[in-house]
Amino acid sequence: MPSFVRTEKCDGCKGQDKTACMYICPHDLMRLDKDGNETGHAMKAYNQEPEQCWECYSCVKLCPQNAIEMRAYADIVPLGGVVQPLRGTDSIVWTVKFRNGVVKRFKFPIRTTPEGSIRPYDGKPKPDMSRLAQPGFFTMDGAPLKGDRSQLMQLK
Amino acid sequence: MSDTKLLPSNPEVVEEEVDILLIGGGMAACGAAYEIMRWAEGTGLKIKLVDKAAMDRSGAVAQGLSAINTYLGDQDPADYARMVANDLMGITRDDLVYDVGRHVDDSVQLFEEWGLPIWKQPGDEGKTLKEGGKPVRSGKWQIMINGESYKWIVAEAAKKALGTDNIQERVFIVKLINDKNDPSRVAGAIGFSVREAKVYVYKFKACLLVAGGAVNIFRPRSVGEGTGRAWYPVWNAGSTYAMAAEAGAEMTMMENRFVPARFKDGYGPVGAWFLLFKAKATNAFGEVYMDTNKEMLKDYPPYGLAAVPATCLRNHLMMKEMKEGRGPIYMDTPAAMAKLAENMTPKEVKHLEAEAWEDFLDMCIGQAGVWAGENIEPEKKPSELMPTEPYLLGSHSGCCGIWVSGPEDLGAPADWHWGYRSMTTIKGLFTAGDGVGASGHKFSSGSHTEGRIAAKAMLKFALDNKDWKPEFEASTQELVDEIWRPARTFLENKDYSTAVDVNPNYITPKMLQFRLQKIMDEYVAGVATWYQTNAKMLEIAEEKLGMLKEDAMKMRAKDLHELLRAWENYHRVLTAEAHMKHIQFRKESRYPGFYYRMDHNFIDEENWKCFVNSTYDRKTKTWNVFKRPHVDLVSKPTAGH
Repeated sequence: MPSFVRTEKCDGCKGQDKTACMYICPHDLMRLDKDGNETGHAMKAYNQEPEQCWECYSCVKLCPQNAIEMRAYADIVPLGGVVQPLRGTDSIVWTVKFRNGVVKRFKFPIRTTPEGSIRPYDGKPKPDMSRLAQPGFFTMDGAPLKGDRSQLMQLK
Repeated sequence: MSDTKLLPSNPEVVEEEVDILLIGGGMAACGAAYEIMRWAEGTGLKIKLVDKAAMDRSGAVAQGLSAINTYLGDQDPADYARMVANDLMGITRDDLVYDVGRHVDDSVQLFEEWGLPIWKQPGDEGKTLKEGGKPVRSGKWQIMINGESYKWIVAEAAKKALGTDNIQERVFIVKLINDKNDPSRVAGAIGFSVREAKVYVYKFKACLLVAGGAVNIFRPRSVGEGTGRAWYPVWNAGSTYAMAAEAGAEMTMMENRFVPARFKDGYGPVGAWFLLFKAKATNAFGEVYMDTNKEMLKDYPPYGLAAVPATCLRNHLMMKEMKEGRGPIYMDTPAAMAKLAENMTPKEVKHLEAEAWEDFLDMCIGQAGVWAGENIEPEKKPSELMPTEPYLLGSHSGCCGIWVSGPEDLGAPADWHWGYRSMTTIKGLFTAGDGVGASGHKFSSGSHTEGRIAAKAMLKFALDNKDWKPEFEASTQELVDEIWRPARTFLENKDYSTAVDVNPNYITPKMLQFRLQKIMDEYVAGVATWYQTNAKMLEIAEEKLGMLKEDAMKMRAKDLHELLRAWENYHRVLTAEAHMKHIQFRKESRYPGFYYRMDHNFIDEENWKCFVNSTYDRKTKTWNVFKRPHVDLVSKPTAGH
């Protein structure tokens, strides 16, 4: 189910050196065709290896122009279905359109905190270096670990 | 082909020395980054993370998840170790599994604090897990989440902990370099940028090798345009196993594999359907094969007799139906939803339907695409299930990987730990997540946890070796020549023929991958033979893989993207070879439903309830495979009870 880029919507991320889809694709599939030699569409992105697409939708969700969609793999799935997200800051909305025209919409939360708001160590204990070689994380601050040790039958 | 992409014959070389290098950017790497940067405050140690993709969406959780499969809550880590051992047919390291179990909840609570929505039971909606809020469990160990942004959130915490200067994205590490003075020690790593013609050479005291499991070493059921739609992420190329093996690390249980039974063609998850919605899987005639074939479980005591029989045995029962002509197998989604809806209001039914779709949309959107294209509404029409092609991994329901040093306080045999937790048998080389063998069922949360556990030991190792200086066994130029060989092979031979992909002097990474998949599928128990093999077939595979490994030296790379694929496929070949050698060595069928040695089609508890381990010699390119005794650290049922 490879991603494809809508010619009329893609703006090549306005001539920056790399596009959002190139930045995010975990499998290095998206490419900006700077001179149009590859696709005939200069300064627009394309999926350079559709048969390696995992359909993770990372590019679809991140594209600032909503220019990327998926077409289910034609060698398996009948044409006409559409699954398209609109990802916001705290939720994602999905539109699922069936081949027979039935449409379903779903909205799910994705995050309870503002993006970029994580302060990883705020309010966390400082590690005690004398415990570095012992089990337990710094966040546990030396609290005993889970587990009934009588279950460990090899302990003498 | 555009000439603008042509690579130069000599790349720029960037050399950097750090104390600790994290190789990979998935859950384990993010856990390690979070833990290590806190402990490292004030030590002056330089720590860097290198990811071949972008951390926001890299690794197995890139797409998201609809559940966290390991959260213990009030349960005991000993019970967790029992469950994991049973699911993996008795041969796991209780010390490693127990250690993950007693630490893992802390990571899950951090995810919630950072912003991951975790479902709560009615009445506990506003309460966090840490405050005692009760999660919605889809199974004994699993909790439900709204996990579309799971990786994004976990990566944000890791990136903030590391700081932008200590993160290098889009660099693919492809080889570890042993130390000149001590070959049993790792001194560095080499890779390249997939964005510009630059080779990166890192020297370090310690590294965490967490580059995922192995996908697409077997011919997938998908064809053509669909071949990227694998169950596990297609970018997991066996890099962890291949690099560790080449560095000389002892591997364990590389014969183990996972063959998930999933929704056909889309590989959609079945866990929520089985566990949360209580759906039944049936044959073509509506018979529930887990009931009708129940007797078969008795052939495999004690693993078939547990409350939840081992995953491979559930496949074993399913495949009997398919092989005897009673397929296809269906997940009876309409019956399950109708039953659940019996006592529900229309609004509750609508919510239930959304939950069913969210299971796909959070973690396997492609399956939603299949349903949309085929007009499958789950409340109206059942869906086919299918056992997939085999996958190699150490974090999900599989346990191949690297042999690592375990915790010292759980009663493990003396040779299961050697000073630094999570260190392999190569000094300075640590791993976690899919990298750690004989300890499956960690999943996303357990991998994050294992990264954190490894981080502390790595930091201790680096501090204990503060004055040690890494020296490479080979010259930088030799290493760069090796990395860049596919690019030069292309440049030197490309004009020999007029069609750029057909040339007797090189093989494209894609064709090499097809050849690997065909060999593995037909001789090493892939889907083509219903997961069956024997000594003779393995002998043929061995010869063919030997020639494939030679031809891997003739892979071409016409651009950086293909150089990435060339090295990924080199890693796949080595991983596949390890898998084949281990299956060849283990003269029994330990995982019926995952693979069958038809010449030893039984479980032999007396002779084979042991680890199969191996080492690879990168100079002679040969494997040494051997047994290691297995010991239970917590009591378990035996075949006689």
